[in-house]
Amino acid sequence: MNDSRFATRSELIGILVLAVLLVVILPLCLDVFRLNLVAKYLTYAFVALGLVICWGYGGILSLGQGVFFGLGGYCMAMFLKLEASSVENTKIQSTPGIPDFMDWNQITALPFFWKPFHSLTFTIAAVILVPGIFALIIGAAMFKRRVGGTYFAIITQAVAAILTILIVGQQGYTGGINGMTDLRTLKGWDIRPDHAKVVLYFFEVGLLFACIFIAQFVRHSKLGRILVAMRDQEDRVRFSGYSVANFKIFAFCIAAIFAAIGGAMFALNVGFMSPSFVGIVPSIEMVIYTAVGGRLSILGAVYGTILVNFAKTSLSESFPELWLFGLGGLFIAVVLAFPNGLAGIWGDYVQPRISKLIGTRKPKSDWTDNSVADGAPAE
Amino acid sequence: MLVGHQPKPFLLSVEGLTVSFDGFKAVNDLSFYVEENEIRVIIGPNGAGKTTVLDLICGKTKATSGLIEFRGKDLTKLKENQIVKAGVGRKFQTPSIYDDLTVFENLEISYPRGRTVFGALTFTRDAAVRDRVHEVAEMIFLKDRLDMSAALLSHGQKQWLEIGMLLIQDPDLLMLDEPVAGMSVSERAKTAELLNRIIKDRSVLVIEHDMKFVEDIAHKVTVLHQGQILSEGTMEKVKSDPKVIEVYLGH
Repeated sequence: MNDSRFATRSELIGILVLAVLLVVILPLCLDVFRLNLVAKYLTYAFVALGLVICWGYGGILSLGQGVFFGLGGYCMAMFLKLEASSVENTKIQSTPGIPDFMDWNQITALPFFWKPFHSLTFTIAAVILVPGIFALIIGAAMFKRRVGGTYFAIITQAVAAILTILIVGQQGYTGGINGMTDLRTLKGWDIRPDHAKVVLYFFEVGLLFACIFIAQFVRHSKLGRILVAMRDQEDRVRFSGYSVANFKIFAFCIAAIFAAIGGAMFALNVGFMSPSFVGIVPSIEMVIYTAVGGRLSILGAVYGTILVNFAKTSLSESFPELWLFGLGGLFIAVVLAFPNGLAGIWGDYVQPRISKLIGTRKPKSDWTDNSVADGAPAE
Repeated sequence: MLVGHQPKPFLLSVEGLTVSFDGFKAVNDLSFYVEENEIRVIIGPNGAGKTTVLDLICGKTKATSGLIEFRGKDLTKLKENQIVKAGVGRKFQTPSIYDDLTVFENLEISYPRGRTVFGALTFTRDAAVRDRVHEVAEMIFLKDRLDMSAALLSHGQKQWLEIGMLLIQDPDLLMLDEPVAGMSVSERAKTAELLNRIIKDRSVLVIEHDMKFVEDIAHKVTVLHQGQILSEGTMEKVKSDPKVIEVYLGH
């Protein structure tokens, strides 16, 4: 029984190992270019973390997390773009002081919804609130009407497609298919040089651990157990006096906010934001990261994201046209052979061996680690 | 109104209840009344609408017309979780428990506190919760299995667990859909004992086919047939009713 509010002992060890890996080992072993790549991968880890809560625990499969990743990313990119578009930087434009793509699209004044993004405080609030409120609206509209399962997944997919079309279509306001490029400074601090990349990496890792702790708190609260209960027996939860829709909305919103934080960090670390991170394909890729890592494991999601992206980078450099097949094959293999992903392999095969080697007894694992493994022989 | 002249008001009044699914009336102009601390058993052949009646009371199915009044509240206008809050508990026909959680966690979720999102986030497992869970676990014969995954329980134990989840909720009206179906003889005897203990201080509405079991516990029996009441009264009266013998008991 887990009496701790945040983590069991073995989970704390897992978090520590991840911390050592991300804070010490990777920065020491990798050059700045590779470290920046890891920073890019980790932005997706935020999304995967949200999917663990929403999909793994709550059973709500969202195939549109790119929407929230994109909303967070665009909010941050708008702030950075405005700062990069100061009057002296843009004096060759026919209207100086507005982002370059607006000028190219014959827009002569900053649109009203861009103006508040001059403020960093507003931007940070918007990174959280815009996707949060959007998820609240979608969630309320769907879950209060008892739309769930495949229908919900298809609708989120449609939302991702719609948002992409909207961003591409409204070129003058959004930068269109190219997105927002040439982001330079954050409050006058240049985000492009190597030392800035390193600082941003550590800042991102800090945020990631904050999100991991929030996820741990949710998972160990009664709310986490209600999400698991709902996944199996929605009616039983409903007739035990809970409003099932509200709990689903909460899980969906928290997943959206995590994704948005990832998106905002993406804009800072990578230096641009474009609709290619919003649509259907990236949204599904994000689900695959979670599945590979193990949809019931908070830390597994982080490892899964790093590994799949690492494989993507190395494989797509050598065989660009084969990568998508590889990714699809990986997903099918995971679903068929290892439904609990890397975390399941770890919990079922690696950890018992290690325990045997060290001579300690295998700690009694709880439901996140072996619930499916327990059920598997019966199927 | 007539109800006002009764010495004790009814706990549950169902009046003119009708539900039609695409023109088929599963429950047709049904009226019955349950008193405080009464054990009412609903029997009837398959398709008589027994489960539908429970579905209507707990809000799973919306009534086409009619009134369901519980402690002065019209349940047809409330949401499922509000109906639970008003004091109605429902056990499903197939055991509905949470396989991925332990027996303790199954019971804890039904503990009537922290039912909002924020309440569930800040819920703490304090002594009151622990004591109550242990107390109920003892009643439902699962005291030694609190840390066990609920998926590993036997069918009968799962039924008890769900009954336990309702007990911890402490409802004024307990609705049980075939609580002994699929149980072994010894499990059945234990369940009867369990039910006889838990029906004190509350009203119970039971659907059951096992006539011996019905005779053991029922104060009053309602026989449903094609969505309507065929007969109602004590077990002896119902058993000797020629209509009941013809459609239900006589084969």
